[in-house]
Amino acid sequence: MLKRRSSAGRIFDFLKKNYFLYVLLAPALILTLIFKYVPMYGAIIAFKDFSPIRGIMGSPWVGLKHFEKFLYSPNFDVIFMNTLKLSFLGLIFSFPVPILLALMLNQVRKTAVKKNVQLFLYAPNFISVVVIVGMLFIFLSPTGPINQILMHFTGRPLMFMSEPEYFRWIYILSDIWQGAGWASIIYVAALANVDPELHHAASLDGANLLQRIRNIDLPTIRPIMAIVFILAAGGIMSIGFEKAYLMQTSMNLPASEIIATYVYKVGLQSGDYAYSAAVGLFNSVINVILLLTVNFIVKKLNEGEGLY
Amino acid sequence: MAVKHSGLDRFLLALNYLFLALAVLIVVVPLVYIVVASFMDPTVLLNKGLSFRVSDWSLEGYKKILSNPAMVRGFFNSVFYSAAFAIVTVAVSVCAGYALSEERLAGRGIFMTLFIVTMFFGGGLIPTYLLVRNLHMLNTVWAVIIPGAVNIWNIILSRTFFKGVPKELKEAANVDGATDAGIFARIVLPLSKPIIFVLALYAFVGQWNSYFDAMIYLEDAKLHPLQLVLRSILIQNQAAPGMISDQLAMNELKRLSEMIKYSAIVISSLPLLVMYPFFQKYFEKGVMVGSLK
Repeated sequence: MLKRRSSAGRIFDFLKKNYFLYVLLAPALILTLIFKYVPMYGAIIAFKDFSPIRGIMGSPWVGLKHFEKFLYSPNFDVIFMNTLKLSFLGLIFSFPVPILLALMLNQVRKTAVKKNVQLFLYAPNFISVVVIVGMLFIFLSPTGPINQILMHFTGRPLMFMSEPEYFRWIYILSDIWQGAGWASIIYVAALANVDPELHHAASLDGANLLQRIRNIDLPTIRPIMAIVFILAAGGIMSIGFEKAYLMQTSMNLPASEIIATYVYKVGLQSGDYAYSAAVGLFNSVINVILLLTVNFIVKKLNEGEGLY
Repeated sequence: MAVKHSGLDRFLLALNYLFLALAVLIVVVPLVYIVVASFMDPTVLLNKGLSFRVSDWSLEGYKKILSNPAMVRGFFNSVFYSAAFAIVTVAVSVCAGYALSEERLAGRGIFMTLFIVTMFFGGGLIPTYLLVRNLHMLNTVWAVIIPGAVNIWNIILSRTFFKGVPKELKEAANVDGATDAGIFARIVLPLSKPIIFVLALYAFVGQWNSYFDAMIYLEDAKLHPLQLVLRSILIQNQAAPGMISDQLAMNELKRLSEMIKYSAIVISSLPLLVMYPFFQKYFEKGVMVGSLK
């Protein structure tokens, strides 16, 4: 009896002394519980036949009905493969470019030159995705500057924005154009920590520039490469809704309809909330599985260095 | 003690400069094209493409876009959303980051786990939308500002920052009889200007450039931020509402929307691109601190 009162008393004393820290934490905690955890719970709508009148709680359970509907729908193969292709191609082509840029920037010895080059290369990162896609439509239109140049050689314009076969490459190349410079920052920072003595000693031993990069610079940034790769691979299914949606035209839909845009159209445009939530949930589950798998593989390859 | 370069090295270094110059050109040329085109006579531009005759230069695109009520309203909406979002998200993150940096906060591990889980799992678009609707936040400013206000990355960033604040400062104030609130307000906050500045910049830029939340939560065109107005001009090829009277023919409307695209891009991107060189080092600092965890 005595003991219990004293432990309750200790908690009371602790809170009395430290309550202010909990006051500071409260806003973030409350907002997270409401806007992150409530929707996680709300995802059970995917297993129900949602009726707006009854609400999420009152609607009847239907098990995996919506998931089956998605898996057996004629759209499934196309949308699923579009998402995978766009993501994997993006990963393969976007991942190495920032590393190359950082290795190249690292060889620039004049600080002023390096700073200015970085200033230019980072700039597109600060342009909005709406403007980027707007620029794509301008530059790639049948009468736009790129087609004007092409016309000189081929005599006919290419329908860049309405041919499904071009969609992925336009998406990925413009992503690299916009993001590669900015993504190189983290590698540039890591390379700045390399001891110049190492390079000096290696060059005395007769190592040329490429050999020094391979044996000194690359091993330095390998842990960061692993983490960046895991994070990128973990996001593979959650490929950006924002840009794909803006780039969609009725003509390029066969390549540009991905899970994220499908969820938006079925859910918010057609109001089929439960089915759309099921598609979204399917996507997240695959995402988490991919993240865990890639983390496991990289850990094996990277001598135990994974994300967690 | 400079590194000695062999002949091969010198060739590779020359190649290196060549490739970097090429990369800069690839980035800069499209941007310069847009800026130059925005100062061209729109009709000439439409018919002939870029031309550099003295008589073809014109400010007509800018005049049209600056007298467009939707664009002007969108601009000020965006200023408001970005500033409000920056204030809310920085306040929430800095407070939480400070609390989590204090070792005497019992339950720290549980709270961190609660936050970090949300980086990997989420309810998804539909449940989040239904929640915002149930809270009667649809078509209100709050829908753009509040749901995204907690950013785990920001919390981790500020927690890392506060862990670097010397303990002795706080202990000395404690001995002098300052309360927790007093220490936070008078010692910690004045020291945290750098982190507040970095987070605020990031939040402002992020909100300025985003359109998705506004698109799904704000129906009323009067509330639309700049990016949604731009979307209708640049991508949906509509002249923004209110910029043209009904009796004008359809193709005139199309022509107008073509004309103002370039100046719309410049006007909307200018604020960020102008301030960015001055703030570059702060943005870089943010990336560095974030990457160190």
